[in-house]
Amino acid sequence: MLQGKLYGSPQAAVADIPDGSTILVAGYAGYGIAEGLLAALLELGSKDLTIIYRDGPYSDMGLGALPSIEKLVSSGRVTKLISPIPYSPGSGSDIEECWQAGQLEIEIVPQGILVERLRAGGAGIGGVFLPTAIGTRFESGRERRTFPQGEAVLELPLKADYALIKVAEVDTLGNSIYHGSGRNWAPVMAMAARITIAEAERIVEPGELDPEAIISPGIFVNRIVAAT
Amino acid sequence: MVEEKERLPREVVAMRVAKELPDGGFVNLGIGIPTLVSNFIPDGSVVFYHSESGVLNCGPLAEEDEQDIDLINAGGQFLQMVPGMAFFSTVEGFAMIRGGHVDVTVLGAHQVSATGDLANWMLPERGVGNIGGAMDLAAGARQVIVAMEHTDRNDGPKVVQECSYPITGKGCVSLIVTDLAVMEPTPEGLVLKEVAPGWTVEEVQKLTGAALIVPPDLREYEL
Repeated sequence: MLQGKLYGSPQAAVADIPDGSTILVAGYAGYGIAEGLLAALLELGSKDLTIIYRDGPYSDMGLGALPSIEKLVSSGRVTKLISPIPYSPGSGSDIEECWQAGQLEIEIVPQGILVERLRAGGAGIGGVFLPTAIGTRFESGRERRTFPQGEAVLELPLKADYALIKVAEVDTLGNSIYHGSGRNWAPVMAMAARITIAEAERIVEPGELDPEAIISPGIFVNRIVAAT
Repeated sequence: MVEEKERLPREVVAMRVAKELPDGGFVNLGIGIPTLVSNFIPDGSVVFYHSESGVLNCGPLAEEDEQDIDLINAGGQFLQMVPGMAFFSTVEGFAMIRGGHVDVTVLGAHQVSATGDLANWMLPERGVGNIGGAMDLAAGARQVIVAMEHTDRNDGPKVVQECSYPITGKGCVSLIVTDLAVMEPTPEGLVLKEVAPGWTVEEVQKLTGAALIVPPDLREYEL
C-alpha cells in the first residue's frame, strides 16, 4: 500500500526530526519561508541542529535575522548555521549574542558557492570547481586547479537530512509549482535533502497541474502539509 | 578649519554610472548608490535587470497597495509585474552570474585598491560579515563597476593602495565612480579619468589612499 505524502499538521510532518539533524530552510529576504514547519520544529524541541539558509528580512536598518531561526538559536537548539547572510552584525540579534558567547558556530558561504554545493549534493556530483573564491579567504584549505578557462577552487557537495520548503501549489504526489520569486532556494534544497517537507498554499489532485509547468517533480518532495 | 567643499550628490554618481551601461545589456545592481542607477538610464536605451531573488527584467517598485510577497528584488523590495519578466531559482540565478551572462554589476564598497581588488563584505571589527552574492558577482560579471562615496565616515580613504579589509574579489573592478572622481584601476596603478566640478587633482589626491596617475586627457566629471 502506497504511503501517502499528505500530513494532517505541521507537527505531524516534522515529528521524526531527530537531534543532530541538518536542515535546509528555503526562502529569500524573509519571504517564502515554511513558517508553519519551523514553528512545529521549535515546538518539537529537537536540538544540536545544523541549519542552512540564505538570510532574514531586510529593513531600513539593513539585514535582519530570520525570526523563526533566531528563536531556534536562542532556545539552544542550534549548534551551527551555514549561510551567506546569517544576521546583521551589530543589530543585537540573538544569533549574534549566541555566536559571541561561543554557543553557536557560524559558517559564512558565498551564495553562489552554497547553491552549487547543494546542487552537487542533490545531483550526485563528487565536487565542483568554482572560480568564485580565488584570492579570498574562502579559498583557504581548498584545492586550486588551472583549467583552460582559468583557475578554479574545489567545493564539496552539501547534503542534508531535511529540507523545509514553501510551495504555491502541489499535487498529492508532490509535484510542485512556485510563484514568482518565491521559487528561490526551494528547488535545489528539495534535491539536496533526504526528506523534503513542502508547506503548500494549495494542495490539488494529480492531473490538476500542467506537467509542463512543474518545477520540482514529486520525486524530490516527500511530505506535504497545508499552509495555515 | 577649512570649510567643507561640496561633493557630488548620490544621484549624480548614479547618473554617471548609468552612462556606462551597455544598451540592451543585462545588469545587476547592488544596494545603496547602485540601486539609484536605474533611475538614470539615458532616453532611448534599454537595460535588463537581473535580481538574484530570481527575477529577470525587473521593473519599477510596486505601489504600497499592490505588494506581492512572491515578487521581490535582491534587497527584499516589492516589484511591479511587468511584461517580459522571467522567474528562476537560485541555481539559474547564479549560473547567469558565474557563467558570464550578466554584462555589468554595479556594487558598493568598503575599499577598492589601485589594482581593482574589491572589499565590500566585512568590517572585521563587526565580527562575521555578510557575503551574500557579492563574491559571485565580483568573479562572474563581465564588468564590475564600484559606485560609492570617495571617503568613509571619518573622511578616511576608501580608494587605497591595498585593501586592509578581507577582499570580495581580486583585480575585478574595472571602474570606480565616487562623489569626487572617476578612476580606472590598471595593472600600472590607478588612473584618474574625471574629477568633480570645482575640485583639483591635488584635493582629490589628498583624500585618496593610492597614487593617482593623471593622464593628459583628464576631464571634468561628464554626465
